[in-house]
Amino acid sequence: MIANYGYKDGSGEYYISIDTDKCISCSAERACLTACPKQMFEIITDDYDDEVAWVKKPNCRTLSYDCADCKPSGGYTSLPCMTACTPGAIKHSW
Amino acid sequence: MITAGIDMGSRSIKVILLEELNVDGAPQLKYGVKKAHIMMPGDLDQDVAADKAYDEALASAGLKREDVKVVFATGAGRKQVSFAAEGITEMTAGAKGAIFMFPQARTVVDVGAEEGRGMKTDAVGRAIDFAGNEKCAAGAGSFAEAMSRALQMTLKEFGDASLKSDKSIPMNAQCTVFAESEVVSLIHSATPKNDIAKAVLDAVASRVCAMVRRVGIEGEVVLIGGMVHNVGFVQSLKVAMGVDAISLPDMPEYISALGCAMIAAERQSS
Repeated sequence: MIANYGYKDGSGEYYISIDTDKCISCSAERACLTACPKQMFEIITDDYDDEVAWVKKPNCRTLSYDCADCKPSGGYTSLPCMTACTPGAIKHSW
Repeated sequence: MITAGIDMGSRSIKVILLEELNVDGAPQLKYGVKKAHIMMPGDLDQDVAADKAYDEALASAGLKREDVKVVFATGAGRKQVSFAAEGITEMTAGAKGAIFMFPQARTVVDVGAEEGRGMKTDAVGRAIDFAGNEKCAAGAGSFAEAMSRALQMTLKEFGDASLKSDKSIPMNAQCTVFAESEVVSLIHSATPKNDIAKAVLDAVASRVCAMVRRVGIEGEVVLIGGMVHNVGFVQSLKVAMGVDAISLPDMPEYISALGCAMIAAERQSS
């Protein structure tokens, strides 16, 4: 399942997509949990009883601000969460 | 076996009491809805409201709590249903219920009072892709309701009025509060009410459509949630999505509760 967490507002579309099929058998040992400086990810058991990562609810409403520090304007050349997620389950829409 | 699905929406609580039928020679007749009940909670305490809605549903079906094998809850307030064995997300419950009603559909759009979401599903009603808007209600029913109030119309009149307009007036505001001032400006510039109603519903449809396009429009589209009752919105959504038809269930607000009750029954059987 592709789970899109986030929103669209007047300034743009801000979604973090998590491919849960790649996330279930994580070969990166859940590196996203520690890679995100804001610790936005957590592991949950979804409706199909699979252990997958999701974006914490409060962060889903503030993604454009929460992720701003990790974007190129914050000095990063690649996003820490996407780099840490070696299976390639995490994607940003912006 | 009877199971219950409770959809704790932000505006109303929907309860479905589902009975497993197991009719010999007719495997498609697996479930029957024993009772569908809706309650607009007057109580701010959601635990109390959930209890009350469930008791009302049981009483009108002539059942007692012990007659129901298991209760599952869904919706924004699902965690408040203390007597529910499990909470199911709105995506999973909505997809399950929608595909039960329209097995050929693969794209499910759910527009309720406070939230809208788009889902892509497989043949058994398992959500395989979803997107919602976690930030604001501008793509949902309460936005349309606020705008109909500004136009001093009932929701029914509002939906009907939009069908009488063929104008496309873009609404730029993304936020309900700012959109309301945009509606007031249109009123002051003597724009006909029908055109304003269409502009508002086009705006809601365009926001919902943006979410659906994120997951992709595939196969038949089914719309669930309370906004199905707004004929103007359905028409605007059809145009925005560029589809010829959208399947509409008879009791659209109950679909998530139905899906929730079905998942409860399936987990008991497995």
